Amino acid sequence: MEEKFIFSGKYKFVSLLLILTGLIAVVAGFFVYHDHGSRFWANFLMNTTYFNAIALCGVVFIAVHMLGNSGWQVSIQRVPEAMSMFLPVSGFLMLVILAGLWFNFHHLYHWAHPDPHDTILELKKGYLNIPFFSIRTIIYIAGWIIFARILRKISVLQDNNNDLKYFKKSTVYAALFIVFFAITSSTSAWDWLMSIDAHWYSTMYGWYIFSGLFVSGTAVIILLVLFLKGAGYMKHVNKEHLHDLGKYLFGFSIFWTYLWFSQYLLIWYGNIPEETAYYVPRLDEYRNLFFINLGVNFIFPFLALMTRNSKRQPWILAMVSVVAFIGHWIDYYLIVMPGTMGAEAGIGFFEIGMTLGYIGMFLFVVFWGLTKASLVPENHPYYKESMEYHTQY
Amino acid sequence: MNTPYISAWFDDDEKLLSGLKVFKEKGIKIADVLTPFPVHGIDKVLGYRRSWIARVGFIGGVLGAASALVFQAWVFTKSYPLNIGGKPFFALPSFIPVTFELTVLFAAFAMVFAFLIRSKLGPGAKTEIYDERITDDRFVVLVDINENHSEENIKKISAQMAEAGAMDIKIKLTENK
Repeated sequence: MEEKFIFSGKYKFVSLLLILTGLIAVVAGFFVYHDHGSRFWANFLMNTTYFNAIALCGVVFIAVHMLGNSGWQVSIQRVPEAMSMFLPVSGFLMLVILAGLWFNFHHLYHWAHPDPHDTILELKKGYLNIPFFSIRTIIYIAGWIIFARILRKISVLQDNNNDLKYFKKSTVYAALFIVFFAITSSTSAWDWLMSIDAHWYSTMYGWYIFSGLFVSGTAVIILLVLFLKGAGYMKHVNKEHLHDLGKYLFGFSIFWTYLWFSQYLLIWYGNIPEETAYYVPRLDEYRNLFFINLGVNFIFPFLALMTRNSKRQPWILAMVSVVAFIGHWIDYYLIVMPGTMGAEAGIGFFEIGMTLGYIGMFLFVVFWGLTKASLVPENHPYYKESMEYHTQY
Repeated sequence: MNTPYISAWFDDDEKLLSGLKVFKEKGIKIADVLTPFPVHGIDKVLGYRRSWIARVGFIGGVLGAASALVFQAWVFTKSYPLNIGGKPFFALPSFIPVTFELTVLFAAFAMVFAFLIRSKLGPGAKTEIYDERITDDRFVVLVDINENHSEENIKKISAQMAEAGAMDIKIKLTENK
């Protein structure tokens, strides 16, 4: 049963409208804010890394299930595949930030223009310098895009050819990707986000960013699957598939909290100035958001998704996914803003408009990606297993 | 208390499930089903409701979290306040690891003990064993004949069991082991 998504005029209109909103917000911000430059770049970095993480989660989701030899995800596999097609866009936007670093458009990374008396940055110069940073950034982006494209291509080739060789091949690439991702997810988190506060470091940072990536990515997968179901596609996705996605959202929300708290507890307990420097501005100037972050990313999903029934209830799942999506946006806000904007930051029409623009871009690419292949990979060896997925109670 | 049962024997879980469906249709009241391993889908056929053990776990977890927090707060502010590294006496972040551990511990213990009590298991518990082959390779459906042990009734049930595909039908007491 070949099923194709039709990117109708209505969806095109909505996503283009969202992109337009983002552009209007950027232009309007130029007239409203006196510090428009730094505000624009900080939001640009924040949204690019956030949506890049969501797109990357698409590849991670596919690769992890490929390696786990699991079958249930086959019926929704085209959604994370389509999400991964946003990687070239977010990669290009990241290159814009890189260009800004070379041509001094922005001051996001203060290590790029160090104070000559700054001994800490002097010691980190071997790693944190513009040429090496650029090489690393290009390696991450290129590597992720190449793996995403290969996995997607093999998956689509399999649609026309009932041969097991494609499945075996994609397992190899999935394994290679996981190794590459294990290293680059940590280093890209250090480079793009942790180096904003270049004096500070945390050894948990890579994991912390990864756990957030998985939560927000799963939330977006859930929302897209529910959207497609609501629009009349993917009738075969039943409560069991939703239940499994809900378990991911629940489990990784707790995992995120675990890492968030472990990082916070050790720094709070140790009370060493060079470590607490990260939390002082966040607790002073961003106090409300700091605790809201914990509430929406831990307490709410923990209580809302605790029972089995709530994970199988589409509207609860959709609500928690929306909250998790916004929650991790707030998390990225708290990661990026204090180091780049200081106390000047705030959430206004500019921030919201720009994020809506990114959502528009993301949806446009994902919808376009969904039209490129059947919504069900029917020649996948686990196709039948996923179609008949049920558990007993 | 040894109870007499009439039992239908199966050697395969699929046959057991289809047999159970026939029993249900005929309206035979099933006292218990004994299997060597958990059979998927059996609770649905028997019409069991979902286990309430998750709720016991939740209550245990809440109790654990509350007792850990209250106890630490009491110790470090009232009973024996210690200045540790200049931290406040009521230092919530440092209470979290203990709270977490006790939440998990209480939830797990609550579930384990609830299960043991409900299943009448534990050290020194007398277990009624119907037949030793149920721990090996036989699936047994028990029907209580305490109330209606007329010759005629037993014959009727036996015939229905045979119809449902039972490979063997026995009438015997449980043994105390």
